[in-house]
Amino acid sequence: MATTLIRRMMQALLVIFAMTVIVFVGVSVIGNPVDILINPDANQAERARVIAHYGLDQPLWRQYLAFLHGLLQGNFGESFVYDRPALGLILERLPATLELAIGALLIALVIGLPLGLYAGLYPNRISSRVIMSGSILGFSLPTFWVGLVLIMVFAVELGWLPSNGRGETAELLGVKWSFLTADGLKHLLLPAFNLALFKASLVLRLTRAGVQEVLPQDFIKFARAKGLRERHVIFGHVLKNLMIPVVTIIGLEFGSLIAFSVVTESIFAWPGMGKLIIDSINLLDRPVIVAYLMMMVLLFVVLNFVIDVCYTLLDPRVRLDSKA
Amino acid sequence: MPPILQVKDLVTEFGPPGGPSLRAVNEVSFSLERGRILGLVGESGSGKSVTGFSIIGLLDRPGRITGGQILFDGTDLTKLSGEEMRRLRGRRIAMVFQDPMMTLDPVLTIGRQMVEAVLAHEAVSKETARQRARDALGLVGIPSPEERLAAYPHQFSGGMRQRVAIAIALLHRPDVIIADEPTTALDVTIQSQIIAEFQRLVEMNGTAVIWITHDLAIVSRLADDIAVMYAGRLVETGAASDVLSDPRHPYTKGLIASVPSENRRGERLAQIPGMTPSLLRLPQGCSFRLRCARATEACKAMPPLVEENGRAFRCIHPVLEGAA
Amino acid sequence: MTAAPEITDPPVPLDEESGLRRKLRMFLMSPGAVLGLVLLVAVILLAVFAPLISPQNPYDLTQLDVLDGRLPPGSESFSGMTYHLGTDSQGRDILSGILYGLRTSLLVGVLSALAAAVIGTSAGLFAAYMGGRVETLTMRLVDLQLSFPTILMALMMLAVLGKGVLNVVIALIIAEWATYARTVRGTALVEREKEYIEAARSLRVPGWRILFRHLLPNCLAPVIVIATMQVARAIGLEATLSFLGLGASVTQPSLGMLISNGYQYMLSGLYWISFYPGIALLVTIVAINLVGDRLRDVLNPRNA
Repeated sequence: MATTLIRRMMQALLVIFAMTVIVFVGVSVIGNPVDILINPDANQAERARVIAHYGLDQPLWRQYLAFLHGLLQGNFGESFVYDRPALGLILERLPATLELAIGALLIALVIGLPLGLYAGLYPNRISSRVIMSGSILGFSLPTFWVGLVLIMVFAVELGWLPSNGRGETAELLGVKWSFLTADGLKHLLLPAFNLALFKASLVLRLTRAGVQEVLPQDFIKFARAKGLRERHVIFGHVLKNLMIPVVTIIGLEFGSLIAFSVVTESIFAWPGMGKLIIDSINLLDRPVIVAYLMMMVLLFVVLNFVIDVCYTLLDPRVRLDSKA
Repeated sequence: MPPILQVKDLVTEFGPPGGPSLRAVNEVSFSLERGRILGLVGESGSGKSVTGFSIIGLLDRPGRITGGQILFDGTDLTKLSGEEMRRLRGRRIAMVFQDPMMTLDPVLTIGRQMVEAVLAHEAVSKETARQRARDALGLVGIPSPEERLAAYPHQFSGGMRQRVAIAIALLHRPDVIIADEPTTALDVTIQSQIIAEFQRLVEMNGTAVIWITHDLAIVSRLADDIAVMYAGRLVETGAASDVLSDPRHPYTKGLIASVPSENRRGERLAQIPGMTPSLLRLPQGCSFRLRCARATEACKAMPPLVEENGRAFRCIHPVLEGAA
Repeated sequence: MTAAPEITDPPVPLDEESGLRRKLRMFLMSPGAVLGLVLLVAVILLAVFAPLISPQNPYDLTQLDVLDGRLPPGSESFSGMTYHLGTDSQGRDILSGILYGLRTSLLVGVLSALAAAVIGTSAGLFAAYMGGRVETLTMRLVDLQLSFPTILMALMMLAVLGKGVLNVVIALIIAEWATYARTVRGTALVEREKEYIEAARSLRVPGWRILFRHLLPNCLAPVIVIATMQVARAIGLEATLSFLGLGASVTQPSLGMLISNGYQYMLSGLYWISFYPGIALLVTIVAINLVGDRLRDVLNPRNA
């Protein structure tokens, strides 16, 4: 198993490397950022100074090497807009996005798993059909529109929950988290729920499909033949078997949650990475864009790797492929 | 002593309630004596497996028992509640399935699966249950049981898995074991081992067995009594030695004649002409009529059950002693 | 003694319905699917005939009167036209905006899904047929692409290409082709092993012919299902990207843009600017998903 792990790691590194090339080349093509930063009336000398300062006059491959060099040192360049290290900007906002994503994942699981289990075990009941129709609605509704409606209902009409910003934070492990305060939780609830809705539907459908696949299998019948209580059959056997594909996909979906947070963060003015990237794309703040994309690439490669490892841990058939 | 199991006019149907249905088991009656092995013989689609599932109460929807009685030690199983039936399953009536690859849960250890079988019916400590499991494994001839308990099903060969399944079936020393073609999916050499193992264990514990199979060769080795099924009906019952050497029903005769070892070298294999009819379109009267060389107009009415000398058969033109 | 057995079985009725009719019947059995289909047809008709039935052309700036801005639903303009669903901040009739916006949405959705389907299916078939290194390389690329979420890919593409509806379409195509490739290659792999392909090869049928006339038809069912769901996703994504300011332009708004325009007015109670376009978007996506969901069940080989 160690050899597979190492092989996977090498592949991951290769992917990261390939992405640095792609990201760099791609981003360099976006128009000339110089024109954004400099007053059109500025003279040649001013332009030349800015160009030299940001190294924009070097040939592309030189810029790329400098870029790579900087990357390995953790230096993604300075933001054109904020005049601060791009990486620092991103890392500053990372906790907020993580909070949102993890919160959304938890909500999605809490809603989706039990409902999916129920719908899978009793597919012919009316309540199950309602749940399934609801799930179609769940993944059809565009996230941003749901966000708007949520704000309209809960913040404007009912006034129960705040509609933007992050609440008060408390520190844990040197990082500021808002879920540790009551005010923070209040602010977190709507955006997390908004982000979760789509995923909840997915989890629901996945769980249901899993249940329907596992239930007719022989070993379930055999479990019943042993005289096990039905509850034991479901939670001890069915659930354990369908967890493997479900966990894998949920893991991947977590990455998607982080990416999709751009929408929720925009609507709820949540100060996370997502809002930053949208602004950066609009302002052509190249270092920040690059830093964000690289961050995401890294995140996804690591995530995929972790999921691969988890999969081998969860499924004993994959783990111990010794005896035939 | 009365027979441990008495099936009387059992009818099992598949189909939506109140809608069209087909009778997979059509007024089947037989008895199982304590300590004896009954071979339930028939082609695929004859209803033999469904009979087995009906007895142990594991019919898949939309199947259900719609008529007759199943008297187990005096109690009518068809009248029991789900919970009462569950208490019997695994403890007093056990089942071994056909495909050992699919019988055991792939994500749980053998030990877990055996321990839970013990704990389903007895409130003993986990350690005691584990000891029982170890003993059971030793009983079926599996070496180093302690290591095996920690192993997963896919680490075993087919024959070993079937032994485990048999061990599980014997954990509570049941009165009846229903074995649904337990050796069909195994190599021929392993088959013999399993059959011998079974015989030994059954003799030791005095368990009664219903051995469901299509293979007459196995039946001749193993069974004390025989019941032959065709298209959902019982066509012949009796002691194995009697029925096999001197069959009454033309179908039974045809089955015996088509066993390769009964044929002479160089001659064409004897066959029963035609095919098993679909249960949806059964011929009127005797279901075997259309393939029977002895059929007459009178066979268009359902032949009554004829009983003589402890045997029974459904035919008005039975094969008589000594006839070719 | 051995009289010939009377093997005259009772008459067996032949299966009447052809496969296609059966599938159609199965499809129509679900009330959700029928509802979806009806809604979808309605939406398509509205979009196609938008210029004819729309009270105003929202893209024509000369028709807009800023003084009519932010009027609630049911208000009237000076020229006597009723703003059935109100107006936005620039005096644009919301109803007209929706009708024209639907056109954009449907166009983007169908175009991107179709193009991605063609590209992805070809890639998948090609990979499966060629086998060996070509296949491995292609599938690695596919895996790489699929390990990133669609919206991230779209964002990356837009960061490179810039804003605009056309770029959104391109971004969507690039983001979505991989799904088709993977599914088609999987199905093609199974088909490839079947005997009729071997027979065709031994008859020296040229490769491309085997590909398109034999392998392709058998891989179509999952492609159709995926494509349908993709249209819905593409529409949603385009709306999302437009909402974020990365898609349609302000002067020729798509549904997403309309919703974005109205966002700032939500808190002051001018709900209609965002709400109604949102409903239109919703109905479209839900309708497509209802149809696609049922299609998946009907075309599932296990149910055949």
